[in-house]
Amino acid sequence: MSTGHAHKLYRHGESPVHRLPPHCKIAAALCFVLVVVSTPREAVWAFGLYALLLGAVAAAARVPAGFVLRRLVIEIPFVAFALLMPFLVPGERTEWLGISLSVPGLWGAWNILAKGTLGVATSVLLASTTELRSLLLGLQRLKLPPLMVQIASFMIRYGDVITDEMRRMSIARRSRGFEARGVRHWGVLAKSAGALFIRSYERGERVHLAMVSRGYTGTMPVIDEVTASRAQWAYAAALPFSALAVCLLGWTL
Amino acid sequence: MHVPDGFIDIPVSAAAGVVAAGAVAVSLRGARRELAGAGGHGGERTAPLAGLVAAFVFAVQMLNFPVAAGTSGHLLGGALAAILVGPYTGVLCISVVLLLQGVLFADGGLTALGVNILLMGVVTVVVAYTLFRALVRVLPKKRRSVTIATFIAALVSVPASAVAFTLLYAIGGTTDVPIGTVLGAMTGVHILIGIGEAAITAATVGAVLAVRPDLVHGARGLSAPLKLRVDGELVDARPEAAPAPAASPRPVLFAGLVISLILAGFVSFYASANPDGLERVAADKGIDKKVEDHAAADSPLTDYGVGTIENARVSGGLAGVIGVGATLVVGTGVFVVVRRRRGETAEAEQESVRG
Amino acid sequence: MTSLPPPAAVPPSLDVRGLAYAYPDGHQALFGVDLTVERGERVGLLGPNGAGKTTLVLHLNGILAGGAGTVAVAGLPVGKQHMAEIRRKVGIVFQDPDDQLFMPTVREDVAFGPAAAGLRGEELEKRVRTALDLVGMTEYLDRPPHHLSFGQRRRVAVATVLAMEPEILVLDEPSSNLDPASRRELADILRSLDVTVLMVTHDLPYALELCPRSVILSEGVIAADGRTQDLLADPDLMHAHRLELPFGFDPRAVTTGA
Repeated sequence: MSTGHAHKLYRHGESPVHRLPPHCKIAAALCFVLVVVSTPREAVWAFGLYALLLGAVAAAARVPAGFVLRRLVIEIPFVAFALLMPFLVPGERTEWLGISLSVPGLWGAWNILAKGTLGVATSVLLASTTELRSLLLGLQRLKLPPLMVQIASFMIRYGDVITDEMRRMSIARRSRGFEARGVRHWGVLAKSAGALFIRSYERGERVHLAMVSRGYTGTMPVIDEVTASRAQWAYAAALPFSALAVCLLGWTL
Repeated sequence: MHVPDGFIDIPVSAAAGVVAAGAVAVSLRGARRELAGAGGHGGERTAPLAGLVAAFVFAVQMLNFPVAAGTSGHLLGGALAAILVGPYTGVLCISVVLLLQGVLFADGGLTALGVNILLMGVVTVVVAYTLFRALVRVLPKKRRSVTIATFIAALVSVPASAVAFTLLYAIGGTTDVPIGTVLGAMTGVHILIGIGEAAITAATVGAVLAVRPDLVHGARGLSAPLKLRVDGELVDARPEAAPAPAASPRPVLFAGLVISLILAGFVSFYASANPDGLERVAADKGIDKKVEDHAAADSPLTDYGVGTIENARVSGGLAGVIGVGATLVVGTGVFVVVRRRRGETAEAEQESVRG
Repeated sequence: MTSLPPPAAVPPSLDVRGLAYAYPDGHQALFGVDLTVERGERVGLLGPNGAGKTTLVLHLNGILAGGAGTVAVAGLPVGKQHMAEIRRKVGIVFQDPDDQLFMPTVREDVAFGPAAAGLRGEELEKRVRTALDLVGMTEYLDRPPHHLSFGQRRRVAVATVLAMEPEILVLDEPSSNLDPASRRELADILRSLDVTVLMVTHDLPYALELCPRSVILSEGVIAADGRTQDLLADPDLMHAHRLELPFGFDPRAVTTGA
């Protein structure tokens, strides 16, 4: 419901994955991550297979590997934490290149790295093939309570408004010689935050009034029906089901 | 503090998910009451206000501080949401933010959504709002009191959330990092973050209170008696009201700012990833599409990278040692100062803080 | 030149009686407004800043309520039980088209109102085309609104409201920020429509051009009601309500084609 432009993570394309109805994609992504997380960490090969599955999805969506990898960087804070684990966790130690590492720590690090990375990659793929507005429609179809869909729509709408106001205020500040550098300018920024809030609200309020005046009652009217065919559901379900097979193998082997 | 997939084990994640779902369900009911409480046309405005609060929280949650032996730390926004739109709608706002962050930006795992909602939505909102209500009841019925109560509520809500995280981690962490280390690092850094959170929350609430008091849920009880008591002066009350609240967050902010100044070197050590605060960060994470030059100059991910290299360096060497001691002392100091300031006049206190 | 008196059986498009309203913060904006607009009339609502024009407009479709007095649209009282019907009947075009246009394409934006009223498929598509035809914007159907010029956006904004087939069209400062050509195009469109129009404006020549009758809202009450030309030609009245004609403009010298 933002003014039409797609979000930054979205990558325009015409692939079969792009064309899938959003609610199928969200459900598939959620199930896939659920399966991944419930896989025992000792089944190292299973995670390799999951990565291959995601690679296949990326290929089908024609999302280049570099695009996904660059967006994985968001995970780095957790990587840092994971890398610390082998040093901090007590328990059985092992030697590697002369450094003493904890075995449970290594397993823990691997667990977080593997599952976290796969989770992030899944989200990145979902976001890069689904427009913001269809994501919301998808969530609505998946029976997210209407009030929450409404808050989410307004949030996205206000994202634009806030950005816009923020830019104007920043220009106004800078043209009076103010540059924010670090903590010392928190006070100014905090005050700006208050002003920003009111300005954004009053602008957004007018948008809302215009919507209400045209009969908006809390849910977006359906202009183009999005329905998922059985084939589309089956196509979307391919990912979590193959993952489930891998997971079951992981538990039994 | 966004917990990723595979961080907390499945049973605890599932349990947290159930609790979070319950909290959201209760909030949905409560939010309807809050809407009704707004009355008449007010009800129609509450959804956009909630949306704005969500967008705002989204923005402030991007102030990412690397936390030594934990995940990343940032402003939480729970107090802001609770006070502006009420606790129930507040929980919904934060839940929506977390949901979209998980789906859209891969920030916080999808399977950890319950954990995240519980920690950052429910705990912060409940703690902040309870404290806020209690303080507003105790303090004199003035606008300034609302601002002060906001400051303290926001300040406490952040470490409370950190403690809750540690608790969950102790029960369901997939790896046994010593709990003391986690608790120390998390609480220490989050007290610091709490100061920033308190300043921004108090400034925002103060500013809104000054211009559009009808938008502040937490001040609703306040405006009614005010009107009744100064019945004859109602016409005068408006022009007079404007300058007073504009000044009201100043003393509190000033204290926060002075402390921040003292801490500047220390904090910037942590916060170096995002030096120019809110606007830069929002530009970075893709809320911003129009500030192209800004976004191009330093992409979001480079920034994250910087932050985490910093993080790796900090954590590799110090592992939160500084965090625990120094921030606990300073944080408690601020807390005590702010507490003590409540009844007294602002000017006198500014002196005491300076001196 | 003047509209014919309508047959008594048709209720007036708009009937406002004794409307008073104070905002929750205590600021009172309306102090008893009485205004009747017959079906098919085009009426200018003139008044200085802060006279309560916007407040009055927001009462017409029930966004604001709770004060004293009544508002009726085509005989239907504005109130909770008919809200959806009222909002369909009263089409408000807000001042800033950017506030009004929030969907990704012109088509979806125009479809928003009728879709909210429950129209689907073929019927919805027809409504959208008819409305865009009326404002001459059919060829921009699939363009994002924010890529249009300001004048085009304002015309699309009018179309979004026309698609709801309203009883009365309420325009808030329709000529603001328009260049002379767009201004004339919009005037032509408005004149061609067969609908009751209430036009809120500071632009007195525009009111004179389009509205045979005008009312002046000042300090929360209707201070004057009459032929637009007569009102504008009364310097004392104009001065008393902070209304000023553009330099060199003489309302008596203009022959209105309205």
